[in-house]
Amino acid sequence: MSRPRKQIHLAAHFPGVNNTTVWSDPRSGSHIEFSSFAHLARTAERAKFDFLFLAEGLRLREQSGQIYDLDVVGRPDTFTVLAALAAVTDRLGLAGTINSTFNEPYEVARQFASLDHLSGGRAAWNVVTSWDSFTGENFRRGGFLPQDARYERARTFLRTAGELFDSWRGGEIVADKESGVFLADAGAGRFTHHDSHFDISGQFSVPRSPQGRPVIFQAGDSEEGREFAASSADAIFTRHGTLEDGQAFYADVKGRLARYGRARDQLLILPAATFVLGDTDADAQELAKQVRFQQVSGQTAIMFAEQLWNRDLSGYDPDGPLPDIDPAPGENTIARGRASVRMYRDPLAVAAQWRARAAAGNLSIRELIIEVTGRQTFVGAPATVATAIDTLVQADASDGFILVPHITPGGLDEFADRVVPLLQERGVFRSDYQGSTLREHLGLAPLGEAARAGRAAGGAAPAVSGAAS
Amino acid sequence: MGRYPERREHVLTTAPPPALHLSVALDGAGWHPAAWREPRARPDELFTARYWADVVAEAERGLLDFVTIEDGLGLQSARYGQPDARTDQVRGRLDAVLIAARVAPLTRHIGLVPTVIVTHTEPFHASKAIATLDYVSTGRAGVRVRVSSSPHEAAHFGRRGVPALNLRDRADPAVREFIAGLFGEAADYVEVMRRLWDSWEDDAEIRDAATGRFIDRDKLHYIDFAGDYFSVKGPSITPRPPQGQPVVAALGHGTGPAETVPAQVGPYRLIGRAADVGFVTPHDAGQARGIVAGIRAAQDAAGRVGETIHILADLVVFLGGDAVGRKHRLDERAGEEYASDAALFTGTPAQLADLLQEWQLAGLSGFRLRPGVMPDDLEAITRDLVPELQRRGAFRTAYEAGTLRGLLGLGRPANRYAPAGRSRP
Repeated sequence: MSRPRKQIHLAAHFPGVNNTTVWSDPRSGSHIEFSSFAHLARTAERAKFDFLFLAEGLRLREQSGQIYDLDVVGRPDTFTVLAALAAVTDRLGLAGTINSTFNEPYEVARQFASLDHLSGGRAAWNVVTSWDSFTGENFRRGGFLPQDARYERARTFLRTAGELFDSWRGGEIVADKESGVFLADAGAGRFTHHDSHFDISGQFSVPRSPQGRPVIFQAGDSEEGREFAASSADAIFTRHGTLEDGQAFYADVKGRLARYGRARDQLLILPAATFVLGDTDADAQELAKQVRFQQVSGQTAIMFAEQLWNRDLSGYDPDGPLPDIDPAPGENTIARGRASVRMYRDPLAVAAQWRARAAAGNLSIRELIIEVTGRQTFVGAPATVATAIDTLVQADASDGFILVPHITPGGLDEFADRVVPLLQERGVFRSDYQGSTLREHLGLAPLGEAARAGRAAGGAAPAVSGAAS
Repeated sequence: MGRYPERREHVLTTAPPPALHLSVALDGAGWHPAAWREPRARPDELFTARYWADVVAEAERGLLDFVTIEDGLGLQSARYGQPDARTDQVRGRLDAVLIAARVAPLTRHIGLVPTVIVTHTEPFHASKAIATLDYVSTGRAGVRVRVSSSPHEAAHFGRRGVPALNLRDRADPAVREFIAGLFGEAADYVEVMRRLWDSWEDDAEIRDAATGRFIDRDKLHYIDFAGDYFSVKGPSITPRPPQGQPVVAALGHGTGPAETVPAQVGPYRLIGRAADVGFVTPHDAGQARGIVAGIRAAQDAAGRVGETIHILADLVVFLGGDAVGRKHRLDERAGEEYASDAALFTGTPAQLADLLQEWQLAGLSGFRLRPGVMPDDLEAITRDLVPELQRRGAFRTAYEAGTLRGLLGLGRPANRYAPAGRSRP
């Protein structure tokens, strides 16, 4: 007997400040005006998506000592935009990336609890951390955190915020006009937390919010990150979008849940995914090729190569061969404020791989960069894309996808109009919202006493994603 | 105040004074501690968006310049500087910036001025939050900066100690030094917010397909602020907001000129140095005159001669034919007579209009009214006081500008980092 078909979860990622976003397209609108955010959110809600997702970066990126100017630059404040979006949507979840290094638990907890109240239970928090003194130059404490302490900081930050969320158990607001009792318990919100990062005590000032606390997201991939997610997160934001890769990740992380007494459906695995649609598969492939060339201009290709080589390569021709010199050894100093450069753990080996791949395919620098940074997950006619998404989810490569359009703000419209109805016809995606909170959309159990006792504590650490797209 | 001037019959023989600027200060169910028990109060909705949307919409129907939204980094307390463990008054609140953002798309004209506590928070975060409030409200954002002196709020952050002082003893040099430090930090905080708002020139985003550049990075600027309390590099991650500079407000308590009341030096200096709008708490027109003189002196000392700083007096208002009786009943329910830093007004809207016009002559631009009870006293402001002032030609009859700066008669400022002539007017 086959198991019932899994329901797919879908989310919309506001296009990021990276080269996935094609700002040169004539249809490309503002990345800062509220109307763009409202457009994407309304499209996502019309399509019955689970949530909208915002990334964050707290310092503008630089390369070779100058502000990076080839991609979209600039973004609004995450909390403020999400609160405003709560006014123009009714059901859509509102997920924000908030850094645990350059914030304090009391303030972040009151902001998320407020957002959850003001949205009627739709808030989610993607917990990230950074350590770099580059970003720290914008904040009171500067780059105070040693790199290897960032996991611990994030872990204790989340645990502390959880204690604040739980300091109101619900039901304290009586507001009985007759008896004159407003608060059932004078001690509501009382907390004390002491560890090496936070030494705080007092009374939290926001009553328990509709969801109890925001839905917790974790982004990243390390061993510690996976363990943290298994212990404490409600969803993981990953980059494992292919079948085999996704299945391996999925099996690994879901397999860790039992150790924490959690059911397999209480942690969702949601890879980021891009898409290009066409009337036919051939049309879509052609369009996708054009998009890749728009995303990786000759200049952008040189910049990407510099990030690996850790050298000035401005003298190289993007339409010519890869540099035959080796990457500069040591800490990457050419690109700052960009988490991706830390992924090159062995630049010499990566450069050798790239050279081999370029030689085999007779690829220029630009063509090679297009190949190695290709971010197109789903390309095809609507029926092809719907089938691909459903197949991956049913095969346990993921529980759904966070879709990243490459055009702002209308890049999701066609997906909503042409792909979502096909998924609904297949019976694998909701045709309307069944609940009002994000926890309900995601199929997460309501938080009860048990959840308060254990889960909020957090086991391992969230991953490092200082500048997640 | 117990007595009100008789309705003034003196005729304005010269040009009428400029129209008043009117705002309301929103805080929970109203400013009286027993307000939440009134028949029309909605105490169980204070943590919902619907409540805030309704009260701000009511303020907008009254064509008010702006609303402020109170905030703090701890539970409300009736005891100065420490928690009171009371359960018979409204306790708990939502973040004011997020409330403002939540109501912004639902309103079109009214300014939104949330409170931001500057003592324990990050100016970089606050700057982009207010810039973003300006985007989501298309040019109606302001911010009221407030310091936190209480040890229990400091303990929520655990980052700095607060000296064990009796803060009411303003004659104690240690208290004065501590308070001066808080206000000095506040002024630096505003300076950082303002520099960050200007750290992108208006036309920095060029989207130049020919050169592949999204921005002209020569039009982005490091702010390189280094002060006693923090250093901030910049530029902001958020482009310059629609108003260029959102409106900055601060409250300065006091009853007279700074030279007679040394404790007021900090607040007046903050307003004079950093604010576009100062809220003050005179208890009569004479005090208002002295306060205005004190702030103008601080303004001149800060090198801002000729710039507009609006001075608005705060008043807690209980309005209606039976306002005195109503306030008395509220006091009885609360178990004590309500006291406030600001003057209390009980009377009819027409009597309040008289008082506002009289005090205006002391050099005030207008008022920030604190409704004693929501929605009763808010509606008395928007539905009775405003029409009365309109009949007297003392208040607008329609919104005349699309931005908060516009409503306050403040131009769009040049960008401090742009070469002369390069800033959009």
